[in-house]
Amino acid sequence: MTEMAELIIPSLLETLYMVFFSTIFSILLGFPLGILLVISEKGSIWEKPLLNNILNSIINLLRSFPFLILMILLFPLSKLLIGKTIGTTATIVPLAIAAAPFVARVMESSLKEVDRGVIELSLSMGATTPQIITRVLLPEALPSIIHGVTLTIINLIGYSAMAGSIGGGGLGDLAIRFGLYRFQTDVMVASVIVIVILVQSVQFMGNTLAKVLNKK
Amino acid sequence: MIDIQNLSKKYISGKDHLVAVKNVNLQVNKGEIFGIIGLSGAGKSTLIRCINRLEEPTEGRIFIENVDITRLDKESLRLMRKEIGMIFQHFNLLNQKNVYDNIAFPLQLEGWAKSEIDKRVNELLEYVELTDKKLAFPSQLSGGQKQRVAIARAIANNPKLLLSDEGTSALDPRTTKSILSLLNRIRTELGITIVMITHQMEVVKEVCDRVAIMENGEVVEINTVQNLFRDPKTKTAATFINTIATDVEEEIISPNGLKGTLIRLSYLGESAKRPIISKVIRNFNVDVNILSGNINKLHETNVGHLILELIGNEDEIKKTISYLQDENVHVEVIQ
Ligand SMILES: Nc1ncnc2c1ncn2[C@@H]1O[C@H](COP(=O)(O)OP(=O)(O)OP(=O)(O)O)[C@@H](O)[C@H]1O
Ligand SMILES: [Mg+2]
Repeated sequence: MTEMAELIIPSLLETLYMVFFSTIFSILLGFPLGILLVISEKGSIWEKPLLNNILNSIINLLRSFPFLILMILLFPLSKLLIGKTIGTTATIVPLAIAAAPFVARVMESSLKEVDRGVIELSLSMGATTPQIITRVLLPEALPSIIHGVTLTIINLIGYSAMAGSIGGGGLGDLAIRFGLYRFQTDVMVASVIVIVILVQSVQFMGNTLAKVLNKK
Repeated sequence: MIDIQNLSKKYISGKDHLVAVKNVNLQVNKGEIFGIIGLSGAGKSTLIRCINRLEEPTEGRIFIENVDITRLDKESLRLMRKEIGMIFQHFNLLNQKNVYDNIAFPLQLEGWAKSEIDKRVNELLEYVELTDKKLAFPSQLSGGQKQRVAIARAIANNPKLLLSDEGTSALDPRTTKSILSLLNRIRTELGITIVMITHQMEVVKEVCDRVAIMENGEVVEINTVQNLFRDPKTKTAATFINTIATDVEEEIISPNGLKGTLIRLSYLGESAKRPIISKVIRNFNVDVNILSGNINKLHETNVGHLILELIGNEDEIKKTISYLQDENVHVEVIQ
């Protein structure tokens, strides 16, 4: 049992580390993109059709890459930013970039749920575009954004497990190393169970938080 | 206060183009409650939304206190809008903010100090009688309460003009009345000019001073509410009035077996106080048969309608009618 824990715990910490930072960076990239997507749309508060088209194309392009291929393609970028291409820290780069377009779409759909009427109301009161974004769009969409972030984290847990197979570390790496190469199925099963528990807890916390915050 | 000149709004989508507002001219006086009534699709919302340029007019000019708002650049327009409050059919409250923060919203936008905001919001809560709901969220309020919050928010930074796009259409009759009386108080006590859109004649009757009637994008009649009820100039107006007049009339207007002359009398409050009918009977050689009558309470006066059958010779009937007209009663010979 302690042997197992000695194997699982460091890998779990690696997974948490990768997921935590890649979530943060994908949000930093994805949120502004999502906001831009919404406000630059035709008929919206900062209409920029050309920009909107370009952003849409980039996001669609990035989203159409299978994650593993994207990760390999991004090795040079990891090298440039982190100095190496394998290991948990290096994996954060492709994880964040792979998740960013997803986060942008999540943000976009959350913001689009905000009733057109309250935007008109804000306009009728002479609110500026930044005021509408920070005081109306984001607060009104908050519960839905939290759901989106939850989904992002869960996706990233999955991605990080995949990344494990090409040198990323973490629970996915552990499962493959022991389960596939050494036929220690018990380690593989244990890692999978931990991943499942992780996903369930994230989902539960996300739902609870969104529910508590939603006043609608 | 507001002077709308040759205002038109066209919506163009591909080859189609739809003229939602057609060459509208109208003036709204300071301190007035001005109604705009029309059927669905008549262009009322489009017209009122042009006043704060939520909709860009295609042609024409709109002066608000002598400033042509159609010529304002984006920034001046934004500042101008702060002087125009607006309320909506579906309230448009911020769902994630409580009552207090909803009302504070326009003040926060202007960067008021916290203590000033606090003072003003509490004052407004009292004004719209919602002090006990201060910390409630919109989802916990009734329709009427939501509209009160929206009104408090709309007048928070002391605008000079309040626009209402079907502000009472989502409410039941009793709540509608209480909202209308709140609007009337706002006009009287705070001197805010109000332009309100509605498709309900009851609303016009209850609070408006003057009213514009819209049909297919055009304003077909502008009248004081008194005169509109006494003597509508257009058929559309008459139809709207009939939506609240009694239904009995229709049956009597096409009667068989009535031998005399049918007339409809319309009179305002003061004329109603004089015993006109008994004078007619005493002074002229006619018999009078009262067929129907009703009184519409407008917010300043009453308009009464009577349908009479006059029986007698033609000469006497003519004299009777001209006597009534001298008494300031509007007479329409129906048959
Ligand atoms: N954004 C738009 N694009 C195209 N057509 C529009 C648009 N907004 C309104 N219209 C059209 O303009 C006409 C007038 O619409 P408007 O909303 O002003 O009517 P309304 O009198 O307010 O009706 P209601 O009582 O139903 O609110 C309608 O035929 C409507 O379909
Ligand atoms: Mg409308």
